[in-house]
Amino acid sequence: MTSPFLVLPLRRPQQGLSADLAGPLAAFVLVMLVFSLATPRFLSSATFGSVAFQLPELGLLTLAMLLPILTGGLNLAITFTANIAGLTVAWVLHRNGGVDAGPAAFALGVVLALAAGAASGLVMGLVIAFSRAHPILVTLAMMIFLRGLGEFLTRGGDISGFPAFIRPFGHGSVLGVPVPLVVFLACAGLWHLLLSRTRLGFNIYMIGSNIAAARYSGVDTRKVIVLVYTLSGLMCSVAGIIMLARFNSVRVGHGEAYLLITVLACFLGGVDPFGGFGRAIPVVVALVVLQLLSSGLNLLGASQHLATAVWGMLLVAVMILRWLAGQAVARIERRRRR
Amino acid sequence: MATAVPGAAAAPRPLLSLSDVSVTFGGVQALKGVSFEVMPGEVHCLAGENGSGKSTLIKVITGVYRPDGVARITFDGVVYDHMTPVAAQAAGIRVIWQDLALFPEMTVAENIAFQEVVGARPRLVDHRAMRETARRVLARLGTSLDLDLPLRDYSIARRQIVAIARALVGEAKIIFMDEPTASLTQAETRHLLDIVRTLSREGIAVVFVSHRLAEVIEVSDRITVLRDGRLVGVYPAKEMTPSRITELMTGRTFDTNVRARSRAGAPAVLTVEGLTRRGEFENVSLEVRRGETLGITGLLGAGRTELALTLFGMRRPHAGTIRLDGEPVRFASNRDAIRAGIAYLSEDRLALGLIQPQSIADNLVVASLDRIIRGGLISRRRKEELVSRWISELGIRIGRPEDAVSTLSGGNQQRVAIAKWLATDPRLLILDAPTVGVDVGARAGIFDIVARLAEEGLAIILISDELPEVYYNADRVLHLARGRIVGEYDPRSITLPELEAAVYA
Repeated sequence: MTSPFLVLPLRRPQQGLSADLAGPLAAFVLVMLVFSLATPRFLSSATFGSVAFQLPELGLLTLAMLLPILTGGLNLAITFTANIAGLTVAWVLHRNGGVDAGPAAFALGVVLALAAGAASGLVMGLVIAFSRAHPILVTLAMMIFLRGLGEFLTRGGDISGFPAFIRPFGHGSVLGVPVPLVVFLACAGLWHLLLSRTRLGFNIYMIGSNIAAARYSGVDTRKVIVLVYTLSGLMCSVAGIIMLARFNSVRVGHGEAYLLITVLACFLGGVDPFGGFGRAIPVVVALVVLQLLSSGLNLLGASQHLATAVWGMLLVAVMILRWLAGQAVARIERRRRR
Repeated sequence: MATAVPGAAAAPRPLLSLSDVSVTFGGVQALKGVSFEVMPGEVHCLAGENGSGKSTLIKVITGVYRPDGVARITFDGVVYDHMTPVAAQAAGIRVIWQDLALFPEMTVAENIAFQEVVGARPRLVDHRAMRETARRVLARLGTSLDLDLPLRDYSIARRQIVAIARALVGEAKIIFMDEPTASLTQAETRHLLDIVRTLSREGIAVVFVSHRLAEVIEVSDRITVLRDGRLVGVYPAKEMTPSRITELMTGRTFDTNVRARSRAGAPAVLTVEGLTRRGEFENVSLEVRRGETLGITGLLGAGRTELALTLFGMRRPHAGTIRLDGEPVRFASNRDAIRAGIAYLSEDRLALGLIQPQSIADNLVVASLDRIIRGGLISRRRKEELVSRWISELGIRIGRPEDAVSTLSGGNQQRVAIAKWLATDPRLLILDAPTVGVDVGARAGIFDIVARLAEEGLAIILISDELPEVYYNADRVLHLARGRIVGEYDPRSITLPELEAAVYA
């Protein structure tokens, strides 16, 4: 029975393959142009080095945020899940000799960290899928739980003292490409394949647009929701391990400021904030733009706080531009159709 | 073009008249030289398929669209060169759109009288005055509702009365109602028509825009028919029959022969015995054979959809057995049912049948992904093949397969929904109210497809509360009332009026 009050969330249809890529690419070109003209030091290997090393942390967390958003949800626990994963590695290393721990201990830590992140996501996914509680509330509860747990275990301090061989995972390069960037690009590629070619990816979009209609079409909506949050938690673990290697320490609260930036990055990458539409590649381009913007402003001598303000302004500008573009497209479509 | 026939309610001067109105949107004419006239207190019906120009005409009258050139609108003795929404409202022209445009969280009184307190200048809301206004208007309609309950607590029929009451606040002279009976039961419809007669006696003209043709004839004085933006003619309602109106609306004649034929010799695909879900339906036994179309009818709330959802594995039966090709089946979810060869076309195409914002192609393959996945990945080639095969097989008219389903007409959307299920290669197809929101012309196309599928051997259950649909298209008709099967009819040995008498008794 359709109620006359039922307002169907009819969204902008997916237009072509590259329409959602146009915005982020245009922003990329614009940022490159403006900063190269503003300062000659912008087009240097130093800039790109700093971008290449800073991008992966935010990038991996954004990938963790992307899947829940596509289903019409959110995962507010991403940063603390990453912290807990980092803590797991640190705990295993310390139990096995701290600075003298061997690669086997590290490998075990990584496996347990991935398991911890996946477990955090699994619990959230199960609660959301079966109780139909709102993802914001469920993930908020998990976020608070993980923060409390982490602060209790670390007493609010830093955990450090890791073996030296871990350092390359945060600072090393393979064939000139920073290791964290390699990890991030591999994960982004995996997400792209997942979303564009697999059953899970297909069903994520269907659920994001209309979960009831997807269920009526035979989609196992609970399984998809559980998998989405589990994968999100798993990706948080990867981010947490990279952060541990980058800072050579773990502190609960590390990367907390990234939480809302990941939502911003998804939105800049053309992801529909209500779910159902959005791809991995444009989100990666949007991340690059954000990082270039902050590095460029840094070069110009602006403070990090100003960079954050500029990110906010960018979001508003993108919303206005997108609305104007939507108007223009609608006008062209009307003309074409009649 | 036909000339206007003087109507039964011919009064000296029309309340509303406009002549030779054309509206062009970017090179395409939505209205071509249409004339329209309504007498004071007349009940007038505006009939036409989707896209025939009905809504455009209403929007010209209410000043939302401006017609090409000089097109004067005469209303209540005043000539308007340029009608505006504000002028139309002030002159007493009201429109109740199908979605009603009410506020579900606000009370009945607030919904009816809010316009009195919404003004240019901020002031305090006078709740007492609002309740008084609302009470007075509802009394005029011979109804009383609890003024302080939020609207969401009321049924759609009651909400519609609230929408009419709101239209009557101030000095209403003409009310346009867009598809007012689309979601009402027969009893609720009769109540609505009583209200329309009351308004008419008070001298308020009512213009109906409706798909349900039988009701149109019952209540209207005259009928104006539009087709492709042109006026077909104006006819006294007494001289019309539903099939005649359909012909005028579509410009085609439809063969309305009974399609029923016996399938007694064919093997049973679905055998249901004693199926029960307490509070929904009880002791239902039925059989559908290969190539057979079984019609199930009954009023809203008779348990039709609940029965269908149980056969589709989305609800568990409390008792009884379901057998497919003789084998007993038990479904844990609709995925089991789909795998076993059962497909269910939802009655609610907008919210449950199709994923409206997503593409035509994705909607076509969503239920049959198994068939296009190779080595864990969706094969683009197989997907394209599947999509283009079903688009051509069902004659779906689309722009591009990547366009959102919501861009299609109701008839084409329904074809996509049917194709989605055919792609799963079902043995049994359950069609639940397949023509809701589908134009008359496109309905015939849907039933042609159903007949062809049955011919190919598919077992079909056709659920509908529109008796002519099951009468003309099913081989047998079951009557469901309060969750029980109370009658079985063979369309070849009963007339439609006899069937109507049996079901509505």
